[in-house]
Amino acid sequence: MVQAVEAVELTRRFGDFVAVDRVSFTVARGEVFGFLGPNGAGKTTTIKMLTGLLAPSSGTARVAGHDVVTDPRSVRQQLGYMSQLFSLYSDLTVEENIRLFAGLYGVTGKRYRERRDWVLEMAGLQEYRDRLTGELALGHKQRLALGCAVLHQPPILFLDEPTSGVDPISRRSFWELIYQLAREGTTVLVSTHYMDEAEYCYRLALMHRGRLIALDRPGALRRRVTVPILEVEVDDAARAVEVLAGVPGVLEAAMFGRRVHAMVEEESSGRKEVAERLAGAGLSVSAIRPVAPSLEDVFVALVRRSSGEGSW
Amino acid sequence: MVNRGRLWAIARKEAIQLRRDPRSLALAFLLPLFLIVFFGYAISFDVKDIRLGVLDYSQGPASRRLVESFQASGYFQVTRWFADPREMERALGRGLVRLALVIPPDFEGRLGSGRAAPLQLLLDGSDAATAAVAQNYAEAIVARFAAENTLRGMELRLPVEAEIRIWYNQTLESRNMVVPGLVAVIMSIIAAMLTALTIAREWERGTMEQLISTPVTRTEVVLGKLLPYMAIGLADVAAAITAGRFVFGVPLRGDLLLLAVLTLLFLVGALGVGMSISALVKSQLLATQAAIMLTYLPAILLSGFVFSISTMPWVLQAITHVVPARYYVAVTRGIFLKAVGAGVLWVDVVAMVLFAAAGLGLALAAFRKELG
Repeated sequence: MVQAVEAVELTRRFGDFVAVDRVSFTVARGEVFGFLGPNGAGKTTTIKMLTGLLAPSSGTARVAGHDVVTDPRSVRQQLGYMSQLFSLYSDLTVEENIRLFAGLYGVTGKRYRERRDWVLEMAGLQEYRDRLTGELALGHKQRLALGCAVLHQPPILFLDEPTSGVDPISRRSFWELIYQLAREGTTVLVSTHYMDEAEYCYRLALMHRGRLIALDRPGALRRRVTVPILEVEVDDAARAVEVLAGVPGVLEAAMFGRRVHAMVEEESSGRKEVAERLAGAGLSVSAIRPVAPSLEDVFVALVRRSSGEGSW
Repeated sequence: MVNRGRLWAIARKEAIQLRRDPRSLALAFLLPLFLIVFFGYAISFDVKDIRLGVLDYSQGPASRRLVESFQASGYFQVTRWFADPREMERALGRGLVRLALVIPPDFEGRLGSGRAAPLQLLLDGSDAATAAVAQNYAEAIVARFAAENTLRGMELRLPVEAEIRIWYNQTLESRNMVVPGLVAVIMSIIAAMLTALTIAREWERGTMEQLISTPVTRTEVVLGKLLPYMAIGLADVAAAITAGRFVFGVPLRGDLLLLAVLTLLFLVGALGVGMSISALVKSQLLATQAAIMLTYLPAILLSGFVFSISTMPWVLQAITHVVPARYYVAVTRGIFLKAVGAGVLWVDVVAMVLFAAAGLGLALAAFRKELG
């Protein structure tokens, strides 16, 4: 079976800067495949190369069996793309935008009317079809953008941080749509820097500074962290991270919301060490408890491992 | 190569956006209207009703006839009679009159006895252009007056009579030259400024990326964007022609179809240039400024519309050869005033075809480069 997406040693340089560095992976049909990493990790650049928006400096990629460099037109007919920034036309109405993209994808006649109604219903925009797109709420805009990207029912869908800036409830319902599309057979490649969203993906590609540092199912990734993790509730998390840096037995300390996650070599001695050090620095600790590693912990641990600082 | 559905989708979208953008609409319709009124009415390169002051020492019937012929010419209006030279000097100095005519005391006597009867004309040279024209008019009036008076009462007629006739613009009215030239200037503005906005705006707002991710080709994007602007351009030309005919009385003598075809070619070229600028700089502000520098200014200054090319320094004359508006001004004037056909205008026709091809080529090339 032909893979939906196949990237081999994909590389993109901008001058001396290597935005994407020899990235290879394959995505099976019907998969929801995630790119996870901080801003600047190379997620967007990778997606742009796969959609034919940016030429790779070296390496190759095939999307739906077509080479993105030599046959970009065939690739584009097979994919839907939704970019990071809202990029429909704000000065067109909802329906005019739908009609434009339908025209560009060759969706006409009866099929156009069906797909238009489907998009309007999916995005909850039936009453807003004559409203200028620029006047819509962000959540509505994003659903419309998704609708326009899948008007032609492409086998492969690329979503570049589709939910950035959207409230959690809209994000959840957006992901329900993604799942629905995946159930209907669409392969979805999505980038995000939200860890909770990453959990929704079947497989995750962790990217850091242009490199692919890990690729696996979220659960398997979590199991790669073999050291205990302590969650610390403290009054000043930022200072606590500073205090814990370099403490023997503490491998890594990072902010986790308003708390601190500390990776330690051994649970009970680590717990004691952390409590003493923080108290010694005049910080007030209300709780220290071991927790299961989150994807963020996995990320922190794997970045550390890939840069050769740790061996666990 | 070009898919009609996608081409139409782009053109339709562009037309809707244009309709909703007050700035573009103003550029498309108000600016040409303003230019027609401005150049047609307010700016006249003609000199008329030049204020004339007279210092008449002679005070005879002949001097009165001379002054009357100045007044009757329509070019001069006698606004002052001076009693002495000092009063005349003051009036000239303060700009109350542009021209002073001094008739010496013995004017009547010399004229009667057939001797040379000198006159003095004082011109305000601070407005050199007007002064030069006034001088020509005044000399012509005096010469005619002299001829009439020398021959008066004699049976003899001059064996040879030089007859000067001015062709094409019989009344030598600049308006007749302005209206056709204006069509060229309007086209340049529409084309450059509007298209400069369209592609730059798409890059600025990030919509271009979404567009490129679809199967649409760059030819379809470029042509699709061209269509609505070509329609506007043609509508503007039609308006200029109508205004020329009914408001300014400048009839279109030549072939309307030929004019339309050449106008379309010029438009495609100018729109293409605007688009390539737009694709290269990717910022609406920069694109507009670049478009003004590269197309609008040359169209006004170097096309022969305002300044006659033959009187320019040779460097500028050489530059005008690469200013497409120069050829288009020749086209509009030729068809408007002389009713000439493609046979006479062939150089300009070739220039229009080349310009259209170059404009499209540039737009496509600039666009391709941007796709990385």
